[in-house]
Amino acid sequence: MSTDRVGIIGIGQSEFRSRRDDASYPELVREGVALAMQDAGLDFDAIEAVVYSLSPDAMVGIGNAERLGVDAVGGRNKPFLRINNGGATGISAVAAAYYHVASSMFDVVLTAGADKIGECGDSQTVLNKIWDPSYERPLPLGTINMLAMSAVRYMQRYGMTEQDMARVTVKNRRQAALNPKAHLRKVVTIDEVMASRTISWPIKLLDCCPQSSGGAAMVLASERFIRDNHLDAVWITGVGHSAETYWMGDRMGNNPTAEHANAYALGRSFEKSYRMAGITDPARQVQVAELYAPFSNTEFHAIDAARLVAQPGESIARLRDGEFELGGRIPVNPSGGTLCTNAIAVTAMARVAEVALQVWGRAGAHQVMGARLGIASGNGGDHQIFGTMVIEA
Amino acid sequence: MMELLGRQEVWNITYDHALGETASWFYTRIRDEAAIYGRRCAKTGRVLVPPRSFSDETLLPTTEWVKVGPGGRIEAFTMVYERFNNLPEPPYAFGYVLLDGADTALGGYFKGIDLTNPHVAAEKLKIGTRVTTRFAADRKGEMLDFWFEIT
Repeated sequence: MSTDRVGIIGIGQSEFRSRRDDASYPELVREGVALAMQDAGLDFDAIEAVVYSLSPDAMVGIGNAERLGVDAVGGRNKPFLRINNGGATGISAVAAAYYHVASSMFDVVLTAGADKIGECGDSQTVLNKIWDPSYERPLPLGTINMLAMSAVRYMQRYGMTEQDMARVTVKNRRQAALNPKAHLRKVVTIDEVMASRTISWPIKLLDCCPQSSGGAAMVLASERFIRDNHLDAVWITGVGHSAETYWMGDRMGNNPTAEHANAYALGRSFEKSYRMAGITDPARQVQVAELYAPFSNTEFHAIDAARLVAQPGESIARLRDGEFELGGRIPVNPSGGTLCTNAIAVTAMARVAEVALQVWGRAGAHQVMGARLGIASGNGGDHQIFGTMVIEA
Repeated sequence: MMELLGRQEVWNITYDHALGETASWFYTRIRDEAAIYGRRCAKTGRVLVPPRSFSDETLLPTTEWVKVGPGGRIEAFTMVYERFNNLPEPPYAFGYVLLDGADTALGGYFKGIDLTNPHVAAEKLKIGTRVTTRFAADRKGEMLDFWFEIT
């Protein structure tokens, strides 16, 4: 492994809303790119390669929409690679950009993308199509139903209640209200979450992420380039990915390797990131976390998998105690997280971007005071492909 | 504020998917015998349902058909109250069942449950509850030929 570190030198996030009728898809990509380039203080000639962040085409309704993105990212005459890892796409794209630089093949790499889920308005039809046509497609599967079944198993194993789930939404909405980029910024109460209509029990409307439109981009560079050009940076010190079986029914039954209540491969991915970053006691060393959790219940198994608590299920009581709030022991999703903003192609990139802003001390009203080390995660596939990172000042 | 225009696009694509030998055998048994079979991994002994031609754990071909069920226990469930495009009219309940003799769980609908009150229904469907597999009288050889009912 190269001893030269890889730094983040530019971050751009558009505002996220249901619809962006003022911008076409490539124009929305360009918006995030322009902000990241401005943040990095570089012009496009400095960018040596582009990693393009785009999850299923059917969400934007454009086949292989990365082709339209080439112009928006200034990709002409440059290496250009699309990454699609479902919900994990954004963090996988940052990881691919990291590999470009860590390999010493490139000094400066741009990663960017956008999504317009609000124009699809039918994301569960798209997500039903991720199930295999041989066996499971005729069932009414979608990501909500899949993660409702994870919630049911988590309830049975660890005693999570619907009120516990509501507490996650209340926390994240309160934090999103401080983040001008977030999509859902209205503060809600436990009673309001509990009174919202049931979608797939135990998941209610206010336990769900929105369908967001927006773009994001990041510029990564080698330590040598950063030093030679006297640039400011934060550092990616841990990178992990891990996958588990496609078959949801194999994550239950007799002695499953990956239990569907939990996020088994997310835990394995965090182990890899922590080992690389030299983190031995995450519950003491991690100061801020942006964990991909599109439904309130999934924040618990993400906190468990990141080992921010001593054992799985302890996240429920610790969240109730306020440990994961802004101002608490380890703030989780101070941006409001995926629960408040989900433009799928860049959602997991936003997790990395938000942690980078935190350890940089540039997160604004939702800044975690004094944070120097943070973690980010992304979940993709049918709860089966996970990416994680450690970011340090 | 300028006038912003849009246009509607519909994707409607028909695929004729081949199911392969393993799934074809599974569905013909459902159609002709009203029975569910899994595939055993010789190395671990685990019976995979729905049947797969190879184990994702040992990466070896599975070697034997094993009849499973019709009894089993609920491993996961949800009750859906929201209408989604191209999915059934709500409410409905479905989930995963570990059939007797199997090691992995099979998806299917739960029928015969009053879904008026989700909390009452959730108690009836709780993990570990015994169910049996029911088969349609007129079977086409597909997943919707069978469903689960509480015994």
